[in-house]
Amino acid sequence: MRWACILLPHLALDGVLRRCADPDAPRVLVGGSAQRRMLHAVNPAARALGLRRGMALTAAQALARGFATEAYRPEEEARWQRFLAAWAYGYSSQVSLQFPHALMLEIQGSLGLFGPWPRFEARLREELAALGFRHRIVAAPNPVAARVLANQHDGLAIEGDAPMRRALGQLPIQRAGFVPDVATAFARMGLRTLRQVWALPRDGLARRFPAEVLRHLDALLGERELALESYRPPDRFDLRIELGHEAESSQALLFPLKRLIADLAAFLAGRDGGVQRFDLLLEHERGARARVPVGLLTPERDAALLFELARGRLEQVQLTAPVRAIALGAAELPPFAPVHRELFDPRPQQATPWEQLRERLRARLGEDAVHGVQQHADHRPECASLSPPDVPARREHSSTGVAPGPRPGWLLAKPIPLRGSAPHLLAGPERIESGWWDGGDVRRDYYVVQLASGQGAWVFRPVSGGGFMLHGWFA
Amino acid sequence: MGAVVAIDALLQPQRVWRGRPAAPPAGTQPTGHAGLDAVLPSGGWPEAALSELLIPVDGIGELQLLWPTLARLSRAGERIVLVAPPYLPFAPAWRQAGVDLGRLQVVRAGTSRDALWATEQCLRSGSCGAVLCWPLDADDRALRRLQVAAASGRTLAFATRPLAAAMHPSPAALRIAIDAAPAQWRVLKCRGGAAPAQPVPRAG
Repeated sequence: MRWACILLPHLALDGVLRRCADPDAPRVLVGGSAQRRMLHAVNPAARALGLRRGMALTAAQALARGFATEAYRPEEEARWQRFLAAWAYGYSSQVSLQFPHALMLEIQGSLGLFGPWPRFEARLREELAALGFRHRIVAAPNPVAARVLANQHDGLAIEGDAPMRRALGQLPIQRAGFVPDVATAFARMGLRTLRQVWALPRDGLARRFPAEVLRHLDALLGERELALESYRPPDRFDLRIELGHEAESSQALLFPLKRLIADLAAFLAGRDGGVQRFDLLLEHERGARARVPVGLLTPERDAALLFELARGRLEQVQLTAPVRAIALGAAELPPFAPVHRELFDPRPQQATPWEQLRERLRARLGEDAVHGVQQHADHRPECASLSPPDVPARREHSSTGVAPGPRPGWLLAKPIPLRGSAPHLLAGPERIESGWWDGGDVRRDYYVVQLASGQGAWVFRPVSGGGFMLHGWFA
Repeated sequence: MGAVVAIDALLQPQRVWRGRPAAPPAGTQPTGHAGLDAVLPSGGWPEAALSELLIPVDGIGELQLLWPTLARLSRAGERIVLVAPPYLPFAPAWRQAGVDLGRLQVVRAGTSRDALWATEQCLRSGSCGAVLCWPLDADDRALRRLQVAAASGRTLAFATRPLAAAMHPSPAALRIAIDAAPAQWRVLKCRGGAAPAQPVPRAG
């Protein structure tokens, strides 16, 4: 049991249904040429109306009404397959997309981590169901056998060559993975199962059929190694959802947004990475796309947190026109390092970590709403206290610790003229003269004064002349 | 001697006078001012509660009162958040007071409503050691929200308000008015005991 095949029989339809708010409504995918439109896939509700795959659209419309149609797009289907490969990559380092509608996973190496196969399989099924994809899973010693057995079985797990031979032998010839011509030829020869094909002499088969047939038979039994092309996860995440209607308010965008974020989180978990910055793109009928950047200070990958932050940003956006589609693009995917937590936390259990709180504050109050305080070696008071939004702690010079005179706890952002009666002088003057090199030239005499109200104030008088200016409070 | 009577049975109905009640446990959040700690029933700031500082004008000594506590908390690795302070905290002075600047965070908020929201979020999160705010037009309901948030996040909350607010009742666990002349603190209300009648003199 080395390979698992996850067959996705309704990949295209599931990809469409999962972005619909109401997946139980009858809905069909329409493909084929413009002259002859055919039903490519139908969901259970549409099937209940009597619609079948392969029916002409005109026939379907004659038969029933009130079903929604959607164009079948092969490139969408391929995209969903790649998305699921990114998800599966979290469970196995060897994921292959070689077979259409299927994911091949090497599982032998993952069993040690994800437990015995039944538990591993249950986990895969649970997550696939949560993502909204119907599936069949079969495990077998080689990939081709797993793929072919998935045509007929679901939940089958085969260990060893003899049981595999038995299971394959009972497989109907139509489902054994031969090209249709070959399968038909076998059927006309009176062969019903794979075992009967094996009983035929090998040289006869080689003479009558193309070389692929023998190659396929050998690959089925694992006698011939098949080199599968491995999937490699991309370095950026892009997903776009067409709404199918026009969204007038940001409230209406929350459902597709939730889907986008959930997919992003699944992608990140598979990659064992976080996201630091992503863009929401709102597409309108005409005009430029509106871009809503969502930036974080530290990489995150929790779906609930990302959704809350994106929602905070989105709700502040004024929609200038109805939105037709919403897309999410994330180019910056740094490695994710979980926050180190104490085992015995003195704080209550429901405590929100600071990083999360900070992002929440920034989401509502603005990008630069939260900042630290840092001392900077400059004599000018305006420059001595920096408030960088996210500057890592710098090496502090020993000289910055010593202020030459008393310094107030509160500094006014802009000095204002001191009004009222003449203040009572406590200390001063202290000349501060600096900054001629960068244009912010300052020449002032600072005093500590006590006002009539009892406040301790830090005031200065420019050397060039003028009245007292209030610059700080000794609070 | 008659039957043995369990002492608990006698004490339970509280008919026996037991003299001076046991001294309240020493506070785990001392203010850093010995005179003030002595008169406060919890031996310091009320834990996980809102404390109100009432000042007649800005810059009258609210930082002198808080700095020892903030310095102690920041040295212990706790985070201190200033939500919408009226002025810029001047780094050299805060550092001289012993506050670890790396643990200090300032939150800018445009409106007083945003400031209250941010304060409540910080308090509720439980990831901060102390949260300072300056609610100007906060009503009783807003302060009660802060008090509940401080209790649920087990965080010290300090609200600095104008002295005029002393007339109105407040849900804060501790209310201290700061007087300029004479330089003193008046405890207007403290949970867990009667407010001391005498003001506490302060330096400066």
